[in-house]
Amino acid sequence: MTNISDLVTRAGGVFLLPVAVAIVAFFLIGVPSSWLTLTIAGLAMGMMIFLMASGLSLVFGLMDVLNFGHSAFVSFGAFVAASVLAWLSGWLGSPSVILNSLALILAIAAAVVFGLGAGWFFERVIVKPVYHDHLRQILITMGALIVAEQMILAIWGGAPVSVPRPHFLEGSIIIGDASVEIYRIFAFCLGAAVYVALHVLLNRTRIGLLIRAGVENREMVEALGFRIDRLFIGVFMLGSGLAAMGGAMWAGYETLITPALGAEMMIIVFIVVIIGGLGSIQGTLLGAIMVGLFANYVGFLAPKMALASNMILMMVILLWRPSGLAPAVK
Amino acid sequence: MNTAVTHPANKGDLIVKAIVLVIAAALLFAPFLFQDVRSVEVAARICIFVVLVASYDLLIGYTGIVSFAHTMFFGFGAYGVAILLKQMGPGWGPVVLGTLAGVTVSIIVATLIGLLSLRVKAIFFAMITLAAASVVLVLASQLSGFTGGEDGITYRVPDLFKPATKLMVDEDGKVLRILGVKMNGKLAAYYFVFLTCFILFLFLLRVVASPLGTVLEAIRENEGRAEGIGYRVVAYRTFVFCLAATMASIAGSVYAVWLKYTGPDTALSFAIMIDILLMVVIGGMGTMWGAVIGATLMVLAQYYLRDLMAVASEATSAIPLLPDLLAPDRWLFWLGIIFILLVYFFPAGLAGTIMKKESH
Repeated sequence: MTNISDLVTRAGGVFLLPVAVAIVAFFLIGVPSSWLTLTIAGLAMGMMIFLMASGLSLVFGLMDVLNFGHSAFVSFGAFVAASVLAWLSGWLGSPSVILNSLALILAIAAAVVFGLGAGWFFERVIVKPVYHDHLRQILITMGALIVAEQMILAIWGGAPVSVPRPHFLEGSIIIGDASVEIYRIFAFCLGAAVYVALHVLLNRTRIGLLIRAGVENREMVEALGFRIDRLFIGVFMLGSGLAAMGGAMWAGYETLITPALGAEMMIIVFIVVIIGGLGSIQGTLLGAIMVGLFANYVGFLAPKMALASNMILMMVILLWRPSGLAPAVK
Repeated sequence: MNTAVTHPANKGDLIVKAIVLVIAAALLFAPFLFQDVRSVEVAARICIFVVLVASYDLLIGYTGIVSFAHTMFFGFGAYGVAILLKQMGPGWGPVVLGTLAGVTVSIIVATLIGLLSLRVKAIFFAMITLAAASVVLVLASQLSGFTGGEDGITYRVPDLFKPATKLMVDEDGKVLRILGVKMNGKLAAYYFVFLTCFILFLFLLRVVASPLGTVLEAIRENEGRAEGIGYRVVAYRTFVFCLAATMASIAGSVYAVWLKYTGPDTALSFAIMIDILLMVVIGGMGTMWGAVIGATLMVLAQYYLRDLMAVASEATSAIPLLPDLLAPDRWLFWLGIIFILLVYFFPAGLAGTIMKKESH
């Protein structure tokens, strides 16, 4: 027994879970082409959720602040990107790939810039006065979420907004018998790139060192003379920007968005950070991919169960590991 | 966030209690004081929400647990009665059975959630309850064969509560009027709501004044110390979560009988949860009296503020964006801002602030 568990730990421990889920699903589904389609869909969904959830998890890890208003950035990102894409619809319609991607980049950039700005405002005005008071934090960020949702309703109205996709991301490619949507591959690649960038930032730079040190022992870092509150604004803005980026990607994925988007994603984002363990990027990625895969497999195998599947996944994992799969060291 | 640990002859305390007494008297005589249908509707809603908010305050104000699943329990109670009344036809049996079923489901779910997540961080608990509540909401709209889906369920209530029922008749055999109010089933239904809610509220008052209430406050103030003295924090928390869930469930059952309709919007939606949160914060966390004040103010605002906003929106129609923000549908926007300001500047809420200010 110990040999096996040693082997599992050395090979990656809990990070093997998605692989295990995928293998089990392969035998349950039985059709390789469907399995491949579902797996890629799950990975793409997981990566987009990772973008949305990573900021929440980092902010919690660094400052012990849980932002219930986080999903507001997701919805704002989605709507800002949708507006920019609609505005540039001429570029999108043209056959030129350069104009296409320029429009896409502009849309995502607009969402991220908006997220950064909104994050700064949110941190200064909403969150800063209630550091170290969890109860009021939950209440205030919840209030901010209500206000943000109402603002979206006032600006964009309650009707669903359709999101045009760049021409070159439409359609799908055929691998063997399986057809894979190009947008999903794009979402996966972007998510993976962001993960790698975050990983490098956290593990290879001086700022990352300070952030990780702050997660582990905030007072000590402050005592050594570093202004951790400035660092925190930076992390908060980064997290908000990433959430807006995730929202923008999600808008392109869904192609039809409603103001309820934020509230829907919030639940999934919460489940992801709970599963992954608050405060760590690896844990969030793991949780996001687990949720993405699980949702797609269950949606295929037992559509009736799809709704409750994330909840069941969370309950099982919490029973097994009460603080999540890979929490930051606290 | 100190509760009002007050002396009996405290002036602020008396003011708050006097306000509550006035509200209670107004509710007691509501059908006689305000004789249009809408006002009685408002009064019944206030009664229900006083219980709902008071039981939520038991969690958030007295024990320091933040739960977003309170409407879920409210919904269990409402749907329990609604489904049984629909299936078994009108009568007292389905009402009692439905209430019991709602309470049972609530206690089971509350115990599961409590034992699973009350031992971890408070913040996890908030997130888990939010997730659970949203799953139940989605389930309720998906299992349409059972719950009526988005449309909800309409049903008939026991004969006593039918508007056509005559409680008292005059010599001609017509419905007797006292002070202009018809003694019919609608009146009986209102007093059924009022009395049930009154009893539940008194029970909650008794709970917070009991030794149990003191232990809960101890847990809120310093969890580690409470554990150290020898109180089993997880057991107490789970118990109080179940108790609050039971109260919410019964309130839901009563509301279902009053409305004769149960659907996601009236019993389960997240908007109700936000209402409850606003009421608790406006009234004041950690005082049962605050629940009465908060619920009354919010329900009145819900019914009458929108009319005002419609007027304001008309008046500002020349200015861009402002009429959009002033539209009656956007009233949550303003309440959200008021909510944030209240949490910043008056964390003790109206009742708490009055009690504190006048005590010096």
